[in-house]
Amino acid sequence: MEPPALAPATAAKGPPPGWRLALVRIMRSPTAMIGLFLVGFWVLAALLAPILPIYPPNDQDMLAMGDPYPSWHHLLGTDVLGRDLVSRLIYGARTVLQVAPLAVATAMLVGIFMGLVAGYYGGWVDMLIGRLSDIVLAFPVIVLYVVLISNVGPSILNIIVATTVASAPGIGRIVRGLVLVLKQQGYVDAAKMRGESTPHIMFIEILPNCRGPLIVDACLRLGYTIITIGILGFLGLGLPPPTPDWGGMVRETTTVISIWPHMSLIPSVAIVSLVLGFNLLADGIGEGNKRR
Amino acid sequence: MLRFLVSRIVLLVITLFAASIIVFTASEFTPGSVARKSLGPYATQEQVESLTKRLKADDPLPVRYVRWIGVLTGVLADPLQDPANGLGFSDPRGSRYFGNFGYSTLYKLPVNDVIWDRLGNTAILAGLAFAFIIPLSMIFGVLSGMREGSKLDRTLSTVSIVLTSIPEFASSVFLVTLFVILLPWLPGTSPLTESPQWSVRSQFILPVAVLVIYDFGYVARMIRISMVGVMEKAYIRTAILKGLNPRRVIMRHALRNAMIAPFTVLLLQVNFLVSGVVVTELVFAYPGFGRMLLEASLFGDITLIEAATMITVTVAVMTQLIGDIGYMLLNPQVRIS
Repeated sequence: MEPPALAPATAAKGPPPGWRLALVRIMRSPTAMIGLFLVGFWVLAALLAPILPIYPPNDQDMLAMGDPYPSWHHLLGTDVLGRDLVSRLIYGARTVLQVAPLAVATAMLVGIFMGLVAGYYGGWVDMLIGRLSDIVLAFPVIVLYVVLISNVGPSILNIIVATTVASAPGIGRIVRGLVLVLKQQGYVDAAKMRGESTPHIMFIEILPNCRGPLIVDACLRLGYTIITIGILGFLGLGLPPPTPDWGGMVRETTTVISIWPHMSLIPSVAIVSLVLGFNLLADGIGEGNKRR
Repeated sequence: MLRFLVSRIVLLVITLFAASIIVFTASEFTPGSVARKSLGPYATQEQVESLTKRLKADDPLPVRYVRWIGVLTGVLADPLQDPANGLGFSDPRGSRYFGNFGYSTLYKLPVNDVIWDRLGNTAILAGLAFAFIIPLSMIFGVLSGMREGSKLDRTLSTVSIVLTSIPEFASSVFLVTLFVILLPWLPGTSPLTESPQWSVRSQFILPVAVLVIYDFGYVARMIRISMVGVMEKAYIRTAILKGLNPRRVIMRHALRNAMIAPFTVLLLQVNFLVSGVVVTELVFAYPGFGRMLLEASLFGDITLIEAATMITVTVAVMTQLIGDIGYMLLNPQVRIS
């Protein structure tokens, strides 16, 4: 692990080796390796979807509709409309792996900015941001999602806006807490003496040193956001059909669960495996953070 | 203390205001009018327009918002209950009283007749789930947190992580496939009406199980973190070095202090259980608050959505308040600083 004396120096020099550090920790933890494998599997499947030898996700195989169970033609079977489940799963991974990181990244950007400004300036700015966060946090998340999306209509943009509004205050609080400690460090004073601008101090000096807890939080949030996107899809508030979307796939097939349970089971397993992957990753990196 | 209470009540009022305005504004964009949805696709345009006029849904947004506030506070009589409208809306409590949430266009009943029954049903579901979540998460959290990194800790932590990774709709699918389809032991729906095959009691098992599975792992992990922190404290080491029985140290010294931080987390689960049960209620056709909120949102039943939002926000702020007060009572350090 890096010696504590080195941290300010690396921070002053430029981008810190945050991701490399995270990778080292993942390699050392068996649970994190399982997480990495699960996430890697879906990322790879999503990336390679156009060149994999699979059916187009919205093609209907009329012959399979009578016998939708797994067969040589459809390895995991088909759904009610005769669409290949392997293909819909892989294209569903594409959807969720585009929307979830985008939503988390947006929430992180907004949350980090709120936290940095609140923690660094303190005073009435901190007060104002704190009260605003309190209000948003008091608003039950699911009500926010249901009301916003059922009223404004489902689209990728709305899902991102809704998740950002719901999770930015939480991220802001984490960052604010870190900034309150970090801004009293010697290297921040040194930067002030050098005459660095305030944005420089906030983003170049302080922010990189928040990376440990933030990487863990981002992993956990990815898992939760994937669950949220799944729930929205399941409630019929996700992406409009026929976009392959795991939550939507469960929704479309629960009515026939007593006849063809595999149609609901398979996408359910898929979503659990991806969320579990991110949670195990977060756990592995988090343990490493603590031991340092 | 008084200042703290007052600031919380001010926060509650501001949040209620902000929430009600956001909800009203969002409902402006609802696709399709309430009148069209009530009358169905075969109604003529004139019929739809006439009903819209009678529902006063064509007034500008600020007018409708102020009217809603007026009706709620009992300043105005609900204009929809005017017999001249021919809507047939009537509330046995009268048309003007404090706490009048108006008339639900979806259920064609006063909101106060719809919402409290549903809230009660959800409270039963949430209460049952809570009764399992608290002991289970405490056992998991304390057992894994008392010796960090032990085999038992790794096993229990992994189980908790796996369980929190299962969204409610996925665990519903797994449980229904197993206990309803493969082994027909339990009912797959919970309408809370006695049927010849399934008692009302048996209808609670699966929805409660789904909620417990999703939620308790998270709480267990919070308790674990807190327990690990306490076990590192000097007074615990002293107690063990003094030769006290380890079980006694954990039960008498560690547990009490380890429960301070998770107390807030546990209280926050009340919010989740009141509004977050939408999925579970939908899967099992449970006549609860969450499903009602979803239906009202999809229909555009603004009075019902507003009433539901007011209730959930109040519950959220109140649990936060109780959490903070409890935290201060449990942890003297907070009071001093």
